[in-house]
Order: sequence, then C-alpha cells, then structure tokens
Amino acid sequence: MSDVLLEIENLETRIGAGEGAVRAVDGVSLAVRRGETFALLGESGCGKSMTALSIMRLLPAPAGHVVGGRVILEGTDLLGLSEAEMRRVRGGRIGMIFQELMTSLNPVLTIGEQIAETVHMHRRLRGRALRARVLELMDSVGVPSPRRHIGDYPHQLSGGMKQRVMIAIALAGEPQLLIADEPTTALDVTIQAEVLDLLRRLQHETGMALLLITHDLGVVAQMADQVGVMYAGHIVEEAPRAPFFENPHHPYSRKLFESVPTMDKRDRPLAVIPGSVPELTRVFHGCRFVDRCARAWEACREIAPAWRVVADGYRVRCHLYDPAHADGAPEPARVPAPAAVVRPARSDHGADLLRVTDLEIHFPIQSGLFKRISGRVRAVDGVSLAVGVGHTLALVGESGCGKTTVAKGILQLIRPTAGSVRFDGVELTTLRGRALRRRRRDFQIIFQDPFSSMNPRMMIGDIVEEGMVALGLVTDRDARRARVEELLGQVGGLPARARERYPHEFSGGQRQRICIARALAVDPKLIVCDEPTSALDVSVQAQILNLLKRLQGKLGLSYLFITHNLSVVSYLADDVAVMYLGRIVERGAVGEVLEAPCHPYTEALLSAVPVIDEASRREVIRLEGDLPTPVDPPAGCHFHPRCPRAMPVCREHYPGVTRIGEHHEVRCHLHGT
Amino acid sequence: MVKLVFLWTDALLYVLVATVLLSAWYIRSHEHLRAPWREVLHSRLGVAAMVVLAAYVTIGLLDSVHFRMPAGGRAADGAERYSGRVLSVLDLILTPLRTHEEETYSAPLATRLYTKETVELPDGRDVRIYPRLRYGGAQLRDPARERIPDILHTVLRGAVFALVLWAALLALVVARLARRHRWRVLHALYRVLSGRTEHPWNVALYTAGALILFGSVTGHLAVHYHVFGTDKVGQDVFYETLKSIRTGLVIGTLSTLVMLPLAIVLGITAGYFRSWVDDVIQYLYTTLNSIPGVLLIAAAILMLEVYMANHPQNFQTVIARADLRLLFLCIILGITSWTGLCRLLRGEALKLRELDYIQAAQAFGVGHTKILTRHILPNVMHIVLITVVLDFSGLVLAEAVLTYVGVGVDPTTYSWGNMINGARLELARDPVVWWSLAAAFVFMFGLVLSANLFADAVRDAFDPRSGTTRGPGSGRRDVGA
Repeated sequence: MSDVLLEIENLETRIGAGEGAVRAVDGVSLAVRRGETFALLGESGCGKSMTALSIMRLLPAPAGHVVGGRVILEGTDLLGLSEAEMRRVRGGRIGMIFQELMTSLNPVLTIGEQIAETVHMHRRLRGRALRARVLELMDSVGVPSPRRHIGDYPHQLSGGMKQRVMIAIALAGEPQLLIADEPTTALDVTIQAEVLDLLRRLQHETGMALLLITHDLGVVAQMADQVGVMYAGHIVEEAPRAPFFENPHHPYSRKLFESVPTMDKRDRPLAVIPGSVPELTRVFHGCRFVDRCARAWEACREIAPAWRVVADGYRVRCHLYDPAHADGAPEPARVPAPAAVVRPARSDHGADLLRVTDLEIHFPIQSGLFKRISGRVRAVDGVSLAVGVGHTLALVGESGCGKTTVAKGILQLIRPTAGSVRFDGVELTTLRGRALRRRRRDFQIIFQDPFSSMNPRMMIGDIVEEGMVALGLVTDRDARRARVEELLGQVGGLPARARERYPHEFSGGQRQRICIARALAVDPKLIVCDEPTSALDVSVQAQILNLLKRLQGKLGLSYLFITHNLSVVSYLADDVAVMYLGRIVERGAVGEVLEAPCHPYTEALLSAVPVIDEASRREVIRLEGDLPTPVDPPAGCHFHPRCPRAMPVCREHYPGVTRIGEHHEVRCHLHGT
Repeated sequence: MVKLVFLWTDALLYVLVATVLLSAWYIRSHEHLRAPWREVLHSRLGVAAMVVLAAYVTIGLLDSVHFRMPAGGRAADGAERYSGRVLSVLDLILTPLRTHEEETYSAPLATRLYTKETVELPDGRDVRIYPRLRYGGAQLRDPARERIPDILHTVLRGAVFALVLWAALLALVVARLARRHRWRVLHALYRVLSGRTEHPWNVALYTAGALILFGSVTGHLAVHYHVFGTDKVGQDVFYETLKSIRTGLVIGTLSTLVMLPLAIVLGITAGYFRSWVDDVIQYLYTTLNSIPGVLLIAAAILMLEVYMANHPQNFQTVIARADLRLLFLCIILGITSWTGLCRLLRGEALKLRELDYIQAAQAFGVGHTKILTRHILPNVMHIVLITVVLDFSGLVLAEAVLTYVGVGVDPTTYSWGNMINGARLELARDPVVWWSLAAAFVFMFGLVLSANLFADAVRDAFDPRSGTTRGPGSGRRDVGA
C-alpha cells in the first residue's frame, strides 16, 4: 500500500458556463500522504477553497462543476462516486472544518446533538454508547468538563470553543483526511495557537492526514510538512517545508515573504507585488504571474511554464529554473537601496497631539417595561494614552477588549461616560454641536472592512468630497473636484476618472486607498486606523502600510493604529499599548514592549503569534479560558483567572501603574513594589 | 370642442406616471441603479409579465383621460353646454361596445336573448320565444345556420390581421437590432427568434403576439357580437371588464403612493434615531396593526357616504362622486397597510446605521437629515421597490373582496369587485349566468399573475439575499449580444 492517501490529478473546476465561466481551479495536482500535513497557501481568490469544495463535491450548485481531472482517495475516484456513496465519504473518510464559525453550527440544536448526529450517521451507535462516544470526542478536542457542556447551545460558547466543537464533528467519523479551510482566520491569536496545537495533537494521536488551507505564512511554518503555493487557479510551487522556508524559488513566493512586515524592515518600504490577481475567466497562454513579476521576459509571456524539479520533492513552475528557457532571463534587477523613511524626532510628552485620561465608556443594560438600568457593560474602563505629533500609537488586544470603542470614544462618535479626551489642547468631551463639528476635520477614521465603509450607491468623487462639503472646507465645485483628483493620485495612482465610478468596481486594496483619500480630504492631524489591513491579503497589506508610512512622513500625520496583528505593529508603530478587558495593561515604546514584555498577557500574546522564522519562535504560553465578559469583570486584576503567574494578591485588587523605563509602564503585581 | 375633466385619481395617476418616467430617466444615467433593472430585462418571465402589464397599463391610461362632449346648444350666458356624461378616450374607442346595449342577459357570441320573452306576432298571436338580439349577430339572416361559419370567418380575419400586425412588429425589432449590431437581416431574424439576443426578445415578441391575437380576434368579433355576453341590463360584459382595468390599477398603485411616505419616513427615522423616537413609532404601528383593517375601511367609507349624501351640490357628475369614493378607498387602504413596510425599513435602518460609511459620515459631522437622505434612503430603496410590486397584486385582490363585502368602490364604478358581486345573484339563478364572473376572473387573473411574476423578477434582481450575481462586475455580463 502506497503512503499516498489523497491524490489530485489535474483538477479543473469552473463556476458558471460558457465563455464567462470562472476557471476557479485550473489544473491542480497534489498528493497528500498519510499522517502528513499539506498546506495549501495562497491569497484570496486563488482557488484554495474551491479545490477543497471540489474534493468534497460540495461546489455551489448549479453554477459550480468539476470539468476534468481525478480525485483519488485510496484508489477510489471520488468524482465517479454516486451522491449516496459520496455522503458516506464526507464526514466518514474525509472530515472538513470551515472558516465561518457563526454559520457552521445550527443555533437551535445543542452541541451534543450535533456531534451525535454525525457519530450516529457514520458509526450507527445509539443510546448510552452514542453518548459515551460524544463525550469522548468532546474530551479529545479539549472541551473542559464535557458532561456540563454537552447540553449547551452554540451561542453559549466562545469562538474557540465553537471551533473545537466543529473539529469534534469533523472527527466523529474518524476520517483519514481532515480538510481545514482557514480554520483559525476568524480567531484571535491566543485561541489560534490553541486550535493549531489541538490539530497537531489530534493528528499525532489518530494518524490522519491534514489538508490545511491558509493564507498565513506563519501558520504554514508551524504546521506543514509539505507546502503548495497556489496562484490564479493552479499550484506554482510545491515543496517540503524546510527548504521552502529557507529558500522559496518562485518569484511569487519570494515576494510574499518580502511583503510580510517585521521589525527589521521598519526603515524601508515593504516589497509589494504590483497589479492584482488576473481574472480567472480568461485562458492563460504564458505564465500566470507574468504581469506582476519583476523578472519576466518574453518566454514567460508565450510559453506556460511546466513543472521543474529543482530538488528532491521540490518542484516549481517557473522558467527561471528551466535550462531550456533560462538563457533569456534578465539579471535580477538591482533593488535600489530603499530611501530611509524620514521620521520626525521623538518629541517629548509635552507635544502630545492627543491625550486621553481615564476614559470610560459604559453601556447601560436596560430591562423591564420601564427600561430600568439593571447593569453596565464596561466596554472601556479607565484608559489613558497619548499620541505624539507625527507618531504612531498601536492599540493591541484581542477582539472584544474594547479597542474599537476607545476609538469611537476619542472621535466622539460614542459619548464617553467619564474621563477626558484632550486633542491639541482642547477638551473634546465637553464640545457640542457646531464647535465639535468644526473640530472634526482634525481627526478622521479608516475602517477595517473596505466593503462596508463606502456607500455602494455613491460615486467615488462624492464619497471623497463628502467631508469637504459637510465641513464647508472647499465651497467651490471646481476646486473640490481638483482636490479629489489630487487626493486620488496621492493615495497611489487612482486615475482621475475613478471619480465617476462606484465602489463595487474596485478591489479591496483600492477601496482602502479611497477610504484613506476620504479621510485625508479634510487635512486631519490624527487618523484612527481601525484594523485597516486585517481584511486584506499580505501583498495588499504591504501596499497600504507603505502608503500610510509615506503619508506620515510627508504630511506629519499621527496615527492611532488599532490592530491585533503584532507584525504590523512592529513594522509601523512607535509606541504600543496593550489592552485587556477595557483597560490598558502595558504601554511603552514598541521595541521595549515587543522585545521585553513585562505583563504576562503581553507575553502570552506575543508567544501565540505564529512566526515564520524558526529561530525566533517562542514557547507558546497557554491561556486558560476565554476573555471574561465586561459586564461582570473578575475582581482584582482582570487577567488573574487566565494568568499563568497569578498570585493571591492578584485576586484582591487591581494593580497600579509601575514604570519600568522612561516610557514603559505596566499594570501588574509582578512588577509592583 | 370637448371639455377636459380632471378627476382626482386621474391627476394622481398622471403624477405617478411622470414620477416613473423621471426615475426611469434618472436610472438610465446611473450604472449601479441600471444593473438590477437590466437583470429584470434579462429574465424571460419578467419580460413576458412586463409586456402583459404594459397592455393593461395602456388600457388603464387610455381610460384615464376624461372629457365631456358638447351637448349642442348654448346656455343662457352664451357658454357652450356640455353633456353631463363624462367619457374617456377608451370609451371613445369602444363606442360600439358601449352603445350596443341589449334588453338583458345574453350568452357570449349569442344571437338571441338568454331569457324567453312574450312577443306579439304580426298576426296578433303571442308567443314565448328567445327574441333576436338588437346588435349581437344582427347582420345574419338565418342565425341558426350562418352563425358558426360567420364566427369562424371573423376569427380567421382577426387572426390574419393579427399576423400582419405581429410581422410588422417583428420586422421593427429585427431592423433595430440589425442596425445596432450590424448584423445581416436574416442573421438578426434567426438570433431574435432563437432567443440569442441580450434581452429575451423572442419571449417579448411571442407574448406580444399572443396579446395581439387575442385583441384582434376579440376586436373583430366585438363589432358584431358580444364576446363575453351581456349583463342583466344588457350592457356588454367585455366593455365592463375593460373599464374595470383602470379601477384595479388605480387601487393597486395609488394606495402604495399614499402608504410610501408614511412607511419610509417613519421607518427609517425609527431605525436611525432609535431611543424614544423608535419607541413612539413602534407603539404607533403596533396599535394600528391591532385594529382590524376592514373595520377602519368600513367606517371611513360609510362616513364618506354620509358626507356625499348630505352635500350633493359638490359633485357635478356621477362619475366625480364615484371617483372621490375610489380615491378615499385608496387612501384608507394605504393608511392601513403601511405598517408592514415600516417595520421592514426600521429593521434595515437599524442595520445600516451601524455600518462604517454612516460612522464615517458622522465623523465628518454630516447632519442627520443628510445622512438619512444620502446614505440610508438610497440603500433601502430596493426593499421599497420589492414591497411595492409585491403589494400591487394584493391590493387589486383586496378591492374585489372589499367591494364584494360592500365597503369597496361605488356601485356605479366599473370594477371586477362589482362584477363579482353581481355574479352572486347570477350564479344562483337557473340556468346559470356564468360569463360575468368568468370575464372578471380571466382579466383579474391575468393582471395579478403578471404582476406577481414581475414582482418575482424584480425581487430576484434587487434582493441581495436572493443570491444572483450582484457583486463586482455583475452589470457586465456578456451574453451573446
């Protein structure tokens, strides 16, 4: 018996019919060996998920269909099976977990029932045996005290717990192969670390193979045995992990590595891949990457590159490695020494542009007929921070910790319950009406989701000039028009005619640029960036980060950068503040905090980030449980129930501020006096 | 010269038509608004339904231009005198149908009355026979022998005429497409008939063909016969049904016109402002919703009747009186039916107000009114549109039911409801008079069915949840031409 479990040969999947059909998967071949993890790496829209759905034969009907190729699981061609036979394969021999946590579980059934359903289907167990097996599964995926949680409904569980239940369901049929489609993308880093850990452990215990679909190089580095890089519907490079991370061959893979932001790249712009992924409706004659490749020559345009084996088990589709074509290859263009980004000298704290002191934002919980206030959600509970002129402060924390609420409180989109927000010497919390409106031009916001941040029914020109009109900055129509065109050029070469087009005609990265142009239109001094790159692919993220950095150097902007992505923080921020459950637990200069974290929470957060470079990997610090609810925060230090280093004093009172260095503060009893 | 008469409902219909034309012109110049409509025009059922609806609307509009004929002679002050009877353009076109009144019931295409009458023969004897009709088949000398061949002959003539008309239409369409795409004529003909065009022209043409055939055959027959028979007072039933179309359309459209401002304004302000505004509006529609609609309608109509009985001097003609009652019915139907849409819009506005672009506008200090009109309203319009087209058929049916109950339109107004109401007695007699009901049923069914199919097509195109392509580039599908 060969050790190959799943073999895909030349799989082709189309969405739609006729000329306009999208070739979502266009000749994918790969092999997954028993007990091995095959990581399919690629940016959005390259056909990763469609490959997975084609294997499971779960393509969106009636548009999607497999038009060619074979999917062989231990000698049976899955594409030739009847639907009834296929149903036994799904969940039986192949399990699958999806990215969408919210929609993957049925909200009206308990998790026990949902796991039992799959167990019953594949193992024909009943009654007590069934229940025992369900409990066993829940235990194996790390649900604490399964007996207590078996009757819970999905909404009673946290995200990480739901993902565990999903994995339990996928494992119910004891599959030989588990397909995980971006299993951790929707999760926070600490939970991501746990889930990845769990997957590794389960794989070790059961010996199943794992087909892991992801866009995150860090996750691949931690999990994979074999890596396949997908681009525009097919695989361009396939290699074992170690040589791949040591020296990626395909120009696309190289660019991906270069565009990941890190601390070392701080002083120069990130590498970007110009252009965008080609439309998959067309038929390719040459290399698919040719239009974006810095090293392309004529052969790349005319001849589609075939597989070249460059080392044992390492193959790549690129003419650079093909002796038959490589003669024509141009020498790698010498990368001009990147201009160092000019940064204003670090100003002392007297020149703070924004100073927030003890900001509190509580939402009342109303109940009963007369809407009596029965409790408070302490979303923000005493936050103090400062942003210097021309500086970037990163606000870091897990989802639900109150980061975005802080931003809205600063912008006065939500009125704070208490505390002060001084901007440029003016107290914003007491401003009302016209006075506040006049001030609004100084601080603007960029949002996370480039799709919901623009009114789909307005033209780009109207969107960008909205602020100028509302604040009465430029009253002359022609002047406004000229300014809009200037802004669109400034944020990265959007043509002037973009003014008369609608948001849906632009890609995610372009939309984010337009949002930046909209914010810049009123000449703000501070821009609050609320996770502006987390919905974007790595290569696009690099473009946006470069743009933000360039604008800061040119216009002297200050950023309050809200994110959970620590690599972005290390690249962009000057200072960092770590937030946990409505309070800032540690803040300081970015180097100090990221290199030598003092708070156990910061340590755990940093250790959980999957890193590419094996040398700099830290031991993951497991955090117990989930983020507590801000309605009823734990007594004493909010972090103590999850803290691996909690002391009795932590249970009693909240730690005060301890200064570690000149700009480094922490709130933890470990460092207290 | 004739004297134009503007009835209330006419004026409102004109306003409506003008609004529709204006918005069509506006939509044409805005790509994102055009895209879903293009999708409607791509759907086969949608196009077929549109053709049928267009036929109904044409008849309805022809029936909405009213005037009074000169009565001859002059009044004392020298002004021209006009007949008290208000006619419409449709009446003018259907003059033969309108004036060919029989004694009483006659079956469709009959030449004799449906009831026996005592007739005095020239020799002085009385006999009870089915007398000949005054107009139906009056040209025939021996109806028993000649009637069937004559009818077949007329049908054939009508069909040939329809064929000619349809061929002309086809030629027009083919010529236009051939010119636009620079095809050869035969190629264009082949593409049109086999449906290989961007819009399903073949469906449109076949539907139009069926309508033309029906219209032409009945038109030819109607000159000499009563195609759908006559009613109790000898009036042509076909004429009555055609006149009823306007009533149905008026109820279906004007009621929504009344309802829209209420539903939109209250719905989006409740959703956007929340807090006490939301509470007040919610209490309002919950309260209104718990009063039975029929009760309100009955009360309003009865009050109006009392008013009209006490102030006869305010109404110059019978038709003006009937029209006011129709308008009132529309208003009261609108007032009782805005809550559903209001609730939908409130929910949507609640969702929209949390979206980033609204937050961005607030960060720019954009005022509430501007946010409501620029950001929220355009983004709920698809819901409004879907509701309006879906409600249309419901309102047409509601008219029939209300009239049947006796709180609907004026008994003198031609409406399907009145016809069905009359059929209550006709079905009880022996032998049964079925054609009144059948005619009303067929025409109402046609209107409601096509309205529903059209509504489905509109919903598919506009509803983001229906899953049709609405993402980037949805407007740029290249299907054939």
